[in-house]
Amino acid sequence: MNITLNWLKKYLKTKLNVQEIAEKLTSIGLEVENISSSENNLDNFKICKVIKAAKHPQADKLKICDVDIGDGKITKVVCGAPNARDGLITVYASPGTIIPKNGMKLSIAKIRGVDSFGMLCSESELNLSEESDGIIELKNKEKIGDNFFKQSLEPMIDISITPNRSDCLGVRGIARDLSASGAGVFIEPKLEKLKIVSKKSIKIEIEKDSGCYQFGSCFIEGVQNRESPDWLKNFLQSVGQKPISAIVDITNFVMLDMNRPLHAYDADKISKKIIVRKSKKGESFQALDNKKYNLSDSNCVISDTSKVLGLGGIIGGESSGTQLSSKNIILEAASFDPVSIAKSSKELGIITDAKYRFERGVDPNSIKEGLAKAAKLIKEICGGKIGKILISGNSLYKEKKINFNLDSFEKLIGFEISKSDAVKILQKLGFKIKDKKNKLELIVPSFRPDISQEVDIIEELIRIKGYNNIPLAEPNKTSFKNTLNYKQKNFHYIQRSIASLGYYETVTWSFTNSKIDNFFTDKKLRLVNPISSDLDTLRTSIFSNLLIHSKNNIDRDYKNLMLFEVGPVFKGLKPGEQQSVAAGVRIGNKVEKSWKEKTESSTAFDVKADVLKVLIDLGIDSEKLVWESKSNQSFHPGRSGSVYLGSNKGPLLACFGELNPIIVNKLELDKYFPCGFEIYLDNIIEPKRKQKDIKGSYSVSKFQSVDRDFAFIVDKNTKANDLISVIKNCDKNLITSIDIFDVYEGSNIGENKKSIALSVKLQSMEKTLDEKSIEEVSQKIISSVQSQTGGTLRSS
Amino acid sequence: MNDLSKLEQEIFEKFSLIKTKENLESLKVETLGKKGSVSKLFQELATIDKEKKKEFASRLNILKAKILDELSKYTLKFEQYELQKKLESQTIDITLPVPKITQGKIHPVSQVIDELTCIFAELGFSVAEGPDVENEYNNFTALNTPPNHPARDMHDTFYLDEAKQLLLRTHTSPVQIRTMLNEKPPYKIIAPGRTYRCDSDQTHTPMFHQLEGLYVDKNVTMADLRGSLDYFLKKFFEVDKIKMRFRPSHFPFTEPSAEVDIGYEIKDGKITIGEGDKWLEILGCGMVHPNVLINAKVDPKKYQGYAFGVGIDRLAMLKYGINDLRSFFESDVRWLEHFGFNSNDVPTNYRGLAR
Repeated sequence: MNITLNWLKKYLKTKLNVQEIAEKLTSIGLEVENISSSENNLDNFKICKVIKAAKHPQADKLKICDVDIGDGKITKVVCGAPNARDGLITVYASPGTIIPKNGMKLSIAKIRGVDSFGMLCSESELNLSEESDGIIELKNKEKIGDNFFKQSLEPMIDISITPNRSDCLGVRGIARDLSASGAGVFIEPKLEKLKIVSKKSIKIEIEKDSGCYQFGSCFIEGVQNRESPDWLKNFLQSVGQKPISAIVDITNFVMLDMNRPLHAYDADKISKKIIVRKSKKGESFQALDNKKYNLSDSNCVISDTSKVLGLGGIIGGESSGTQLSSKNIILEAASFDPVSIAKSSKELGIITDAKYRFERGVDPNSIKEGLAKAAKLIKEICGGKIGKILISGNSLYKEKKINFNLDSFEKLIGFEISKSDAVKILQKLGFKIKDKKNKLELIVPSFRPDISQEVDIIEELIRIKGYNNIPLAEPNKTSFKNTLNYKQKNFHYIQRSIASLGYYETVTWSFTNSKIDNFFTDKKLRLVNPISSDLDTLRTSIFSNLLIHSKNNIDRDYKNLMLFEVGPVFKGLKPGEQQSVAAGVRIGNKVEKSWKEKTESSTAFDVKADVLKVLIDLGIDSEKLVWESKSNQSFHPGRSGSVYLGSNKGPLLACFGELNPIIVNKLELDKYFPCGFEIYLDNIIEPKRKQKDIKGSYSVSKFQSVDRDFAFIVDKNTKANDLISVIKNCDKNLITSIDIFDVYEGSNIGENKKSIALSVKLQSMEKTLDEKSIEEVSQKIISSVQSQTGGTLRSS
Repeated sequence: MNDLSKLEQEIFEKFSLIKTKENLESLKVETLGKKGSVSKLFQELATIDKEKKKEFASRLNILKAKILDELSKYTLKFEQYELQKKLESQTIDITLPVPKITQGKIHPVSQVIDELTCIFAELGFSVAEGPDVENEYNNFTALNTPPNHPARDMHDTFYLDEAKQLLLRTHTSPVQIRTMLNEKPPYKIIAPGRTYRCDSDQTHTPMFHQLEGLYVDKNVTMADLRGSLDYFLKKFFEVDKIKMRFRPSHFPFTEPSAEVDIGYEIKDGKITIGEGDKWLEILGCGMVHPNVLINAKVDPKKYQGYAFGVGIDRLAMLKYGINDLRSFFESDVRWLEHFGFNSNDVPTNYRGLAR
């Protein structure tokens, strides 16, 4: 909402300047976003004449214009507007001028090799309208060299009005709020008295459930529509509105003045009567924005017996709009259902000043006042005879009463307000008040649809009283629960655990490119309105984003990477169908090129080690981990694995390995051997244990340990894990550790065979082991391996 | 007799002249060797009178012991010297660089969430969560934003179905609803998390992070809200004083609603938070709207409280001087290296938030 101090002064007696008014506005919740400072800049816009417009030799769309700016010389200006032509009277801005629309300062520029001294302006560039298709076209009678802006415009105050404050979408409402805050005295408007001299009127029918409650109309015959007088044009231009013709300008003026949208019809273009009804499916109409709209069966339309005249409360139609030639007009002021307006405008994609206001709420009691105000102005400017104001339909408006208990203010805000303060503020805001001891009986003004209960009154009072008068209470530090639960703690631990391994934590979108996500899933979790086609799906795996970003880093020449993210992946489209996953990738070499070590790319075993380390960090007993050699489709089917807790039917904690080469090749990452892991945080269940169990009991042997080495030749498919568990089972008490120190495959030991060499540590809690018992265990190991895996001792 | 003293003197003079291991060896032969000067005297013992023999033998033995002692001293000295020389020749170039240390990093968003959690834990808040995909009811309707309410237009919402029933949450406020529906009052929670709006330009990203706060009990007032936010902002920016301004605003789910600005100034291209005469909008807050309490099955006649929502990314930008919001989500390792945090830098209340 744009206002000027000048306009404001129609309703507010104030001594404050623009800056002070702006500060006041912001402090009462009418946030000033910008004050456009015009200063002397506007004098730089001169009326000029294009003497000659010649095509730019280097550019098809540019023209080199010889411009007369009234100084007796020719100024060369390069211009891209299609309507730049010989003889055109338009607006010239000299170098140094600040363009109101974008705040850019003009300088002498070389455009495709030709010097351009200044600019020819469009309306949009001067904030006069949205018109940006060409430069301004002025009438021939304008004097070359004159200032384009006859009066230097006032600073425009741009206020961001929150959706609850429809009353402040009119200057009058803003003035009322300011008066309550002590910025001045509100000047009560008087209802215009009309001399009714015309007997003409039009019949209005409002159909049931049309979306319109009341429709006020006023017939004015014999008008002469014309260009608006300067005062009206200036008012509109000063707030960024483009003057069109007196009748349209007057309706806009009333709308901005008191938040009362109006519409003017050319009465001669309406056949018989006005019918307000729901649209019919398949109906269409040409609106004033020159677009054709196809209507559904639920839009509120204003029609006559043969056609749609307009979309009620949103936009008028081309066929019945007023023109300079219009002689007889009908003014409309109606009240509409805000929801119906919101739905229709959304459905049809139309945003207008009227729709914006009706959606938020227009004073239902302002129909007569609005019509009277507009009719009087029309009579003054365009002449004509005013007919009677007729209001059809029934208002749904009911006076709202609120009982306000003064104590409620202190209970919610934390300090006391005096009754006299409260009364003063509410009165100025337009409330009617009955004073009842500790209570105020309030009648809410009809222009405040946002106020319906006591808390709304408290807000009004504290808003005007000033938020910064609220004391700062010492924080209450009572707590009701632990700060973090087990899963939340794990979330924090795992970030730091993975980072400690050398990974960089990243945060990527929860959505990704479906073309890449498809590699990881069969699910389709598409967004209805993605921000771009490469961010069109919820991610089912973090790998898609990690790989996309790895590729970006590689393109920046960072080719050895360790990245991870902890965040959601999605399993479905319903709330809660998501999992917390920590995923990491290693790309390229794990050891950078150095004088000391050879470069080496990461392998599945590196990410396996990462997973193990992280799980241990999360407090999981590594003895309870069960490692399996199958994983999911994200990984290389032969070079990946998964780890479970307790047994392979227990919770799946993680998958890891080389990433699937099919995916890797498609992303052209094959040179960088990506390996990765996924740890499923939701599957890590809080262990049931007491404080005293955290460390377990401490028991170590005081007797000497013995190492025995074995090398077994086994089938190539035999898993190291299985071999280890066979050996471990030979004597769970004596065997304290088993370490594999060599794995070998070669033709000398036979095809489809491999040799696994391992060292077994034996130690007793009770005695020093003698040769006999060591030999017994050794033999048992050899025979068990033979019988359970078919492995044989490798002869050295 | 005097000869012996003289001999001793001569021998020890020779000791003092020893330069090499070979000198030492020859002195040993010269004195204690088979034909050495001292050995000779031992051989002569047999020819000496019985009376004198004892005394002479004794003096001779003392001399021998002295020589042996001196010999071993010199031997040790030469051994040490040789070892030292050997070690000194075993050189490496210690200035060669060590292999690159792979130091991981924590993302600033995670770090700031930890900092915020730390501050609010001190005030007695616990952490609550909700899903990223929400239904329209929790995200809007329950928060006093019915369908077709113009406030819905202020959120550019990502939808997951044509009926617009499923969406990516546009703020963390639905966690308020979930918490109140699932638990009994009082409520004192913060909810950090991902939020989504269909908006992307220089200062907006389609995903960003918010921290929701909710404190509902029997007597929680707007003065408590102001006091707690003042405490939080001072702790977070690690300053003793902060210029803070409450400005009336409108959120459907709070009433009264406020936007909170903090003072700042820019000197030499660096931003200072908490002082100066410029204002920066930093969070939105207010007293929970009675309609929200009713929707969450909490009796507004018994309970009241405050709620606030703050942009985590924005806090991180201000505190750590990050200019570009979009850079948070680009995974550029140069950026992560620069703005990331060491994994050991866990914010705590006893050690301080930032190192």
